[in-house]
Amino acid sequence: MCNTCGCGNGQALIAGQALRKSHKSGGAMRFRVPEGGAGHAQPEAGTHHHNLLDYGAGAAGAHAPGMSQSRMVRIERDILAKNNEYADGNRNYLAERGIFALNLVSSPGSGKTTLLVKTIKELHGALPLAVIEGDQQTENDAARIRATGAPALQINTGKGCHLDAHMVGQAMQRLDLQDDSLLMIENVGNLVCPAGFDLGEAHKVVILSVTEGEDKPLKYPDMFRAASLMLLNKCDLLPHLEFDADLAIAYARRINPDLKVIRISATSGEGVPELLDWIATGCRNAAARKQASKQEALIE
Amino acid sequence: MHEMSLAESVLQIIEDAARQQGFSRVRTVWLEVGQLACVEREALCFSFEQVAKESVADRARLEIVEVKGQGWCSHCGCHVPLPALYEPCPDCGNYQVKVTDGDQLRVRELEVE
Repeated sequence: MCNTCGCGNGQALIAGQALRKSHKSGGAMRFRVPEGGAGHAQPEAGTHHHNLLDYGAGAAGAHAPGMSQSRMVRIERDILAKNNEYADGNRNYLAERGIFALNLVSSPGSGKTTLLVKTIKELHGALPLAVIEGDQQTENDAARIRATGAPALQINTGKGCHLDAHMVGQAMQRLDLQDDSLLMIENVGNLVCPAGFDLGEAHKVVILSVTEGEDKPLKYPDMFRAASLMLLNKCDLLPHLEFDADLAIAYARRINPDLKVIRISATSGEGVPELLDWIATGCRNAAARKQASKQEALIE
Repeated sequence: MHEMSLAESVLQIIEDAARQQGFSRVRTVWLEVGQLACVEREALCFSFEQVAKESVADRARLEIVEVKGQGWCSHCGCHVPLPALYEPCPDCGNYQVKVTDGDQLRVRELEVE
């Protein structure tokens, strides 16, 4: 759609096909009913009470039939409300099936896909899983995941800089996800834009590699605030670099005091067992919550 | 540059309101943007101007109302001003501050005709 940067759905593709248009309404918006009845000038000149039809608040200060007059409409709606509705839909869909979903975010080149491939291999099929890959172009990453035997679907965002909940919802429908499984969503490599877009995941996992700067959490704080887990990747390279891992972690925790951190390397395997444990716990909890809500529904 | 997506969402909210409320032109849009929100204001204004072309909000004025960042310092046990996510508590210098306000992105109201 956009000639400037292409954000939005205009050029976005899922497995090479165009996205379906959304027919879902944005939900009811709240409008305030005028206190003194519509069409009456407000008693206090120069103030507006956020009403719908305040003819007295316009430039002319009073209403005359046939005269163009502006009015105030109170909206009070989050700009991201529509995305969040789709995200809530995704979250409910995942919860009903006991699926543990992760949204992997980082700069390009931090090693997300390599880490994903390593994780899938180390799981040795112990856990049913599926992967949604987000990139502007190419199916390369989905092909790398499929080579491990795991089902993967590629979303191409065109010129878009992030995945949104609507894209992911459609991708989930096409993946035929198993109950009590793991869903990993690899977002577009971008440390800024994906921070604000909830996809319905259980957690955002931010990957920072030691070949980047220690101060990245300070430079791009939104993502580190949005994440629950930080994977400090490529740690096998630390002996060859001047990267101060403790400082990078301290910076990340300045932004997000509760951030869990795992030092990891897809090459050496350091930290991978810890990540697998964390994932297994998440999966067990998601499955247990599904069972509990099913039992609650039976009792009711 | 997710501001373009955000600008489209703003326009979508306006167009929904135009259908429900029966107005045909928007003069002014008031947006509430938190100091800590993940948005670049200049980019948002530019994007909105572009996406609003030939819509009900064509050439509408965008007024941005800034909401100050606020956090809860777990060390001091009180709310403190937080102008940026990486700032420490102004009282104790600790970084254990959690955002409590100032991260919103909302369409507050419209002046329409």
